[in-house]
Amino acid sequence: MARTVAAFKVDYFQFLKPDGTLVHDQQIPALARDLKRLVELYKLMVLTRTFDKKAITLQRTGKIGTYASSLGHEAAHIAVGAAMKDEDCLAPSYREYGAQFYRGVKLTDVLLYWGGDERGNDFEIPRHDFAWCVPIATQCLHAAGAAMAFKLRKETRVAVAIVGDGGSSKGDFLEAINAGSAWKLPLVLVIVNNQWAISVPRSKQNKASTLAQKGIAGGLPSIQVDGNDLIACVWAMEKAVNAARQGKGAFVIEMLTYRLGDHTTADDARRYRPAEEVEQAWDNEPIKRLRAYLINQGAWDDQKEEALNVECKEWVQQAADEYFDIIENDPQPVTAMFDHMFEQLPHDLVEQRALAERYADDGGHH
Amino acid sequence: MAAITLIEGVTMALARAMQDDPAVVVLGEDVGVNGGVFRATAGLHERFGDERVIDTPLAEVMIAGMSVGMAAHGMKPVAEAQFCGFSIPMLDHIFCHASRMRNRTRGRLSCPMVLRFPSGGGIHAPELHSESPETLFGHIPGLRVVIPSSPSRAYGLLLAAIRDPDPVIFMEPKRIYRWQKEEVADDGEELPLDVCYTLRDGSDLTLVTWGAMVKETLAAADQLEGEGISVEVIDVATVKPLDMDTIVESVERTGRCVIVQEAPRHCGLAAEIAASLADIGIWNLHAPVKRVCGYDVVMPLYRNEMKYMPSVKRIVDAAQQVLEVS
Ligand SMILES: Cc1ncc(C[n+]2csc(CCOP(=O)(O)OP(=O)(O)O)c2C)c(N)n1
Repeated sequence: MARTVAAFKVDYFQFLKPDGTLVHDQQIPALARDLKRLVELYKLMVLTRTFDKKAITLQRTGKIGTYASSLGHEAAHIAVGAAMKDEDCLAPSYREYGAQFYRGVKLTDVLLYWGGDERGNDFEIPRHDFAWCVPIATQCLHAAGAAMAFKLRKETRVAVAIVGDGGSSKGDFLEAINAGSAWKLPLVLVIVNNQWAISVPRSKQNKASTLAQKGIAGGLPSIQVDGNDLIACVWAMEKAVNAARQGKGAFVIEMLTYRLGDHTTADDARRYRPAEEVEQAWDNEPIKRLRAYLINQGAWDDQKEEALNVECKEWVQQAADEYFDIIENDPQPVTAMFDHMFEQLPHDLVEQRALAERYADDGGHH
Repeated sequence: MAAITLIEGVTMALARAMQDDPAVVVLGEDVGVNGGVFRATAGLHERFGDERVIDTPLAEVMIAGMSVGMAAHGMKPVAEAQFCGFSIPMLDHIFCHASRMRNRTRGRLSCPMVLRFPSGGGIHAPELHSESPETLFGHIPGLRVVIPSSPSRAYGLLLAAIRDPDPVIFMEPKRIYRWQKEEVADDGEELPLDVCYTLRDGSDLTLVTWGAMVKETLAAADQLEGEGISVEVIDVATVKPLDMDTIVESVERTGRCVIVQEAPRHCGLAAEIAASLADIGIWNLHAPVKRVCGYDVVMPLYRNEMKYMPSVKRIVDAAQQVLEVS
C-alpha cells in the first residue's frame, strides 16, 4: 500500500466581499479597523486609476507610446507597496504603478518611460528598486539575487518580485521559487493573476487548480488571496514580508484579480475575450468595494470622493505637464544613448558617438 | 491574384504550408485565437484548429525546446517568438540542440523546425521589441538564417524555410511588414534559400543590405541615381549561408561597395561581408569597403530610436566617400 509522503492544501483568503462588507467566519486583520490607513491606501488606488486613464488618453493622442494599463489591479499593486519598507527592494514587471507610487516613483517617470525616454527608469526614489522589466518573469530571479545579497550581508531587507499568471509558466519564476527554497532567501514572489496573458486565458497556462501551489511544490509556504480585496492583499503581503525579514525564508502569494482593460494600448481584447466576462468582472473590482466599506464605516462620503477626484486629476495633469516640459524643452541628446553604456566610454564608442552627433538632426529619415 | 503586404505573405505561406503538409504546425504565444500580436497568423486558427495552430503557455524555452522535440519526431514546427528580444532565451535550445541535432547523431535525427520572429526597430515599440539579432543566430553553425524584404520573398522564402530539412531562423523585418504591396500568387512556389537577390542593376556602386534597411538603401540609390550614379542594390536575404558569389560578381563590375546594416556594427554581418570581399574580391575594389551600421549601444527607446538607425543621408554620404576615391 502506498504511504502518503506529501500532501498539500492551498488556503484562500478574502476579508472584504465585493459588496464592501466583511466576511463573518474569519478573524479580520487589524487593518480593517485602521480606517485612517485604509483611507490613505484608498486615495492612492484612486490616484493610480486616474493616472491610468490619463496615460491611455495620452497614448491615444500620440503623446506617449504603447502603455500597459493597471486598471483593476489597484488593490494588488498598492498592497505590495504598502507592505514593504523603504529599504526593501521591488522587482516589478511593467504595470505595477500602484506599488511604485507608494514607494515614491513619480507619475512623471512612468510617462517618460512609456513616452520612449530612458530617464523614466532613473527614478529618484527608491534608487535601489529594479526598473520595469519587459522580458516576462526574468525579474523573479533578480529579486532572488537581491535577496541573496541581503542575506549574505546579513541585512534585514526583503526583495519582492511581481509576476503575472502568464509569467508563472516561465522557468525564471520556478527557478526563483527553487532558489528561495534552497537558500531560505528573504524573497516574496507575488503572482498577480489577472486571468489573461494577452489573449491566453489562465486555463491554457496549465491545469493546476491554483498557481500558488507551484510555490508549495518548491517547498515554500504559498497562499491565495482575493486580489481585489485590499485588506486581504496587504495582510498577506505583511505576513510574507515579515516572515522573510525574520529569516523564515521565501513566500509565494497568488492574488486573484482581473485585467479590466486591454493587455496594452497595442492590444484589442475584444478579439479574444467575451464582453460579458469583463462586465461581470467589474462587479468585483477593488476600488468600488473599498469605497463601500469606508462609507459603511463612516470614514468616507460623496463630498470627500468628489474632492479626491478633483485632486487626483490635478496631480495627474501636473505630471503630464511636467512630462511635456521635459520632452519638449529638455529632450535627451543623441549622445545619451552612448553616455550610459559604460562608466567610462571606451574608445570605439567615442568615435561612434562623434559620428552620431554629426548625424543627430538626421533622424526622421523615412 | 491579390496585392499583399509582407506580413500577409507570411500568413499566406503559413497557410499554404499547413494545407500541403499535415506535419506543419504553428505554435507560439497568442498565435491562435488572437492571430498573433502582429496578425501574422490571422485566420489560421479558424481554418486549421487548435491542434495545428497552438497557443502555448508563456514560456519561450518551452516553445523552442518542444519544437526541437517535435521536429526530431516527424513534425514540422513553425514556432514564433513574439518579438526579437524574446528569442534570446530560445538560444539555449537553438544553439545546444536544434543546430547540432543532425551532426551529433551523425544524421540519425534531424531538426526541421522554423523559428520565426519580428525583428528590427522603427515602430515605436517598447523595450526589447526592436533589436536585430541576426548575427547571434548567424554565428551558430548548423543554422540557416533568412530575412525577407518584400511580400513575394516573404512568401517564397518562408515556404522554402518550412520545407527545408534543417533548422531555419526566419526573421521578419517588422518595420516594413506593411510598407509595400505586391501581387503574389499563392501557387506554392518557393524561392531559393542561400542566394542574394539583386533588387536593381547598376555599374558604379554596389549597395548591400537586408531586412528593413532595404527601404533606406533603395531610397539612397534613388538619390544617387539622381546625381547620375548607377547603383546596384543587393538584398542578402539569406544571412547564413551567405551567397558571396552574387556580391563579388557585382563588385567585379562596380569596384565599389557600401554595406548597410541596422544591427550594431561590431562583429556584424556587414563585417563578415567586408572580410569576404577583402578575401576574394579585393583585386576588383577601387575603393575601401564602407559599412553603415547601427551603433554599438543598447537600442534606444522610441524617442531616439530613429537617431540610432542608419539614415538615407548616412548611406549617401558613405557612397560618396567611396565614389570619391579614384
Ligand atoms: C519573455 C517574454 N515573452 C513574451 C513577451 C510578450 N508579452 C508581453 S506581456 C505578455 C503576457 C504577460 O502575461 P502575464 O504574465 O499574465 O502578465 P500580465 O501582462 O497579464 O500582467 C507577453 C506574452 C514578453 N514581454 N517577454
